[in-house]
Amino acid sequence: MNRQRLGSWLFFGTLVSALLLMLVPLPLVLEPFKPYWPALCLLYWSLESENRVTLGLAFSMGIGADLLNGVMLGEQALRLCALVFIALRFRSRLRFFPMWQQSLAVLVLLLNDRFLLLIVRVVAGGALPPGSWWISPFVGAALWPFLFLLFDDLRARLRIQ
Amino acid sequence: MARTRDESSPLFAGNAAGTLRLIVYLGLAMVLMVLDQRNGWLWRLRFSAAAVVEPVYRLAGLPAVGIHMLSTAFGDRRQLTEQNQRLREDLLLANARLNQMAAVAEQNQRLKQLLDTRRSLKLKVQLARVIGVDLGAYRYRLTLNVGARDGVKPGQPVIDAHGVMGQVREVLPTTSVVMLLTDPAHAIPVVIARSGLRTVAYGSRDGVQLTLPDIPLAADVRVGDQLLTSGVGGRFPPGFPVGEIRTVATAASGMFMVAQARPAADLDRSDEVLLLHDQAEPDGPPTLLPSMGPPGDLAPAGPNKPAAHAGRTVAPAAAPAHPATPGGAAR
Repeated sequence: MNRQRLGSWLFFGTLVSALLLMLVPLPLVLEPFKPYWPALCLLYWSLESENRVTLGLAFSMGIGADLLNGVMLGEQALRLCALVFIALRFRSRLRFFPMWQQSLAVLVLLLNDRFLLLIVRVVAGGALPPGSWWISPFVGAALWPFLFLLFDDLRARLRIQ
Repeated sequence: MARTRDESSPLFAGNAAGTLRLIVYLGLAMVLMVLDQRNGWLWRLRFSAAAVVEPVYRLAGLPAVGIHMLSTAFGDRRQLTEQNQRLREDLLLANARLNQMAAVAEQNQRLKQLLDTRRSLKLKVQLARVIGVDLGAYRYRLTLNVGARDGVKPGQPVIDAHGVMGQVREVLPTTSVVMLLTDPAHAIPVVIARSGLRTVAYGSRDGVQLTLPDIPLAADVRVGDQLLTSGVGGRFPPGFPVGEIRTVATAASGMFMVAQARPAADLDRSDEVLLLHDQAEPDGPPTLLPSMGPPGDLAPAGPNKPAAHAGRTVAPAAAPAHPATPGGAAR
């Protein structure tokens, strides 16, 4: 019982800190390199945890993210829903990929996410982003193994399912 | 594989219910987006959730504050002394210039009173501090630590020591969001200081430059020209530096010249900014002057009562300056 509560604390803690990390600005030079933390965090939990992550959770986290730093209400909700849906659909296969393949899969998911964002912004009348905007998914994919190992280690230490 | 597969993670095909749920959520998100685009729900929601949102902004801004404080705390003593010295010199210079300007400003005020214009050179400003928060709109937004409770209103110009930075876009109770000049959706009326040419400077896609896309081909524009606010439109008071022209070229269409300018303000490095309170003209263009034409009864005769007018047009000899009036009446 206590173990379970600790587990949900860790789960929601990582989600909240992902939202906070998203808000923290980087120096101008490093700005395009900032990965989309909420997506990475949700991806990890949707791959590793049996049934914590649902579409409803992704949607509400997206709404929360929009409330904090969205340009449009519902934009990140849409993106995270699509991402989590794909991740859950291919969960069984993604889990047994070797790490480098998993990173590639994450790269594809994040690129797809950027495309969605681009479509949404352009349809809403925004300007096309500069070229450096496409760096972020690659950084996210490169960080994925480390994030994965860190979270796995945390879970192993706390003995959380 | 000894592991038994459960219903929630099938190996290949997903169940239809999952897809249906996805469609429902995506549809909901799209409805939200459309409604937000139409009615600006996001900011209303943010305003009502300000009690939650604003502390989070402050929290997310803490690392930036911490880095700033660390750089001050561990800054080289020599470097700090140097900086102090430089600031002193700047202040001295600025004060000397101000003293010189004071006389000119007073003279200007007197002349303007003579000319009966109400615009004054006095500035009413409010100091604000930048909160380091990434608001997800590339680099086009800035968050300030003042808001509706401090009397900030959307549309107020924001300047720093070097020039115009942008205008307040959205206001929360104790924070506000500034739209920078370099936002592609932003436009500011400018005048080229050397030639007096009036034009409009737009933001650009890369978020570091200004674009002036419609300068007439015959206009006199050179690299290095200073751009000032022109005051047209009434949102930005006239005379503030906006930028400096970097490149001038003919547009692809061959109909106009396109210039790129670098913003004068330190858009990336400003820690403290000034909010202008005294807007040049509160709402758009000035009110129309009362009609100054000839008196109403001198107007050209309408077709309905030509007889009444025919008698009067002869009488006033005071209107020879308007040849159209008697001509129109005689018709």
